[in-house]
Amino acid sequence: MLPTPSTSHVCFDRVYEPAEDSFLLLDTISAASETAFLHNRFSQASSSTPPLILEVGVGSGVVLAFVAGNARNILGRNDALTLGTDINRFACQAASETVHKATKDHGPSVFLDIVNGDLASSIREQSVDVFIFNPPYVPAKLPDFSHHDNYNAVPTGHKSTSFEQDSYLLELSYAGGEEGMVVTNRMLGQLPRILNCVRGVAYLLLCAQNKPEEVKQRIRNWGTGWMAETVGRSGKTAGWEKLHIVRIWKEPSP
Amino acid sequence: MKLLTLNFLTCAIKTCKSSPASFPLHPRDAELEVVEADLNLAFLKNILPRLMWDELRVIASELGLPALPETPPSKADLSIPSPTAPAPATTLQLDPEAIDAPENPPVVESDVEEETPSQTAVDLHRILLETCITEGKLVCGNCGHEYAVKEGVANFLLPGHLV
Ligand SMILES: C[S@@+](CC[C@H](N)C(=O)[O-])C[C@H]1O[C@@H](n2cnc3c(N)ncnc32)[C@H](O)[C@@H]1O
Ligand SMILES: [Zn+2]
Repeated sequence: MLPTPSTSHVCFDRVYEPAEDSFLLLDTISAASETAFLHNRFSQASSSTPPLILEVGVGSGVVLAFVAGNARNILGRNDALTLGTDINRFACQAASETVHKATKDHGPSVFLDIVNGDLASSIREQSVDVFIFNPPYVPAKLPDFSHHDNYNAVPTGHKSTSFEQDSYLLELSYAGGEEGMVVTNRMLGQLPRILNCVRGVAYLLLCAQNKPEEVKQRIRNWGTGWMAETVGRSGKTAGWEKLHIVRIWKEPSP
Repeated sequence: MKLLTLNFLTCAIKTCKSSPASFPLHPRDAELEVVEADLNLAFLKNILPRLMWDELRVIASELGLPALPETPPSKADLSIPSPTAPAPATTLQLDPEAIDAPENPPVVESDVEEETPSQTAVDLHRILLETCITEGKLVCGNCGHEYAVKEGVANFLLPGHLV
């Protein structure tokens, strides 16, 4: 078992608290079968260029910090770069501290930053080697974004956030619209642009209501070489896997 | 935010993606802070091919930092050559135990980790990973949109009409 990063400094009133989904991502990415796949793709022997790991929607930063702090085991190298984004500015600050703590002493990876943005819209094309997303996946109405700017910072003249503000920020972390897929579908639309077309690999968390089999088939239909397979699962109830981790990557054309 | 991060960012506006001018983003009215970090020599050597050197030079000059050389340093420029080449052959023969322990060959590879970073490496590390923008703006060279950096966090969220 690789160490889980500390998130004791994070205020979970307005930042998503690590839960079953977060831990399934950690377990899946550090499982022997995945590390074998990742070593094969990214170890020093396969390429000397440091891979860039991007996590969208970092929340507390627990997942990115885990990969950053255990990069040697997970990727087989000590020089990976880590970058994160979140729509919630409080999450950006929290995650920045989480990843910094996990990498600061002779870190096995190099932490860049967490930027406050929508999905990966500010990421340069073809630059991402390992992509991770635990999206807001619950089928529930999307929050009303019209107050986002006001809710995204401590209100001027106040010492702390308001209750409505905290509720809004937490809604952002779970509410995924119709079938829980609205945010994820937008992200999938950006993925081929940002993912490195040779060695890029993505890990996406889905829940049963997201219809994972259909999502995977849609990805395979992106074109020749695109692959999507379930590589982690948890919470079996009456034959339904509640949570799935889907690995998305491209096989070289023959 | 670290300057190396700018190597991986672009304007968030869709219609800018196809324009080369949307990369790199240009810092404006930036307040800088130097935050010391461990120097990872292996990383610096390996990242060289991923750096958009000309763009990095532009950013450094816009920030009023010392000018970067016109061409990127080579891997060899980043470390000080080891003073003596290892010559363990004779000692090996004198050590009877070494004969019984072929699985412990003389340590030759480990000197990779002990290499000393050159001044060039220290300077590059300072620019890429220790120089941080704490406040200011990042401006798109194509559409002119300004992204604010506050308390070190860059904000790429767009107002509704630009999404
Ligand atoms: C289910 S939480 C996951 C948090 C963390 N990665 C984890 O696994 O514990 C989803 C995260 O995505 C963020 N998020 C939601 N919509 C987003 C968007 N459009 N762009 C970036 N981040 C978003 C939320 O703020 C929240 O932090
Ligand atoms: Zn632009």
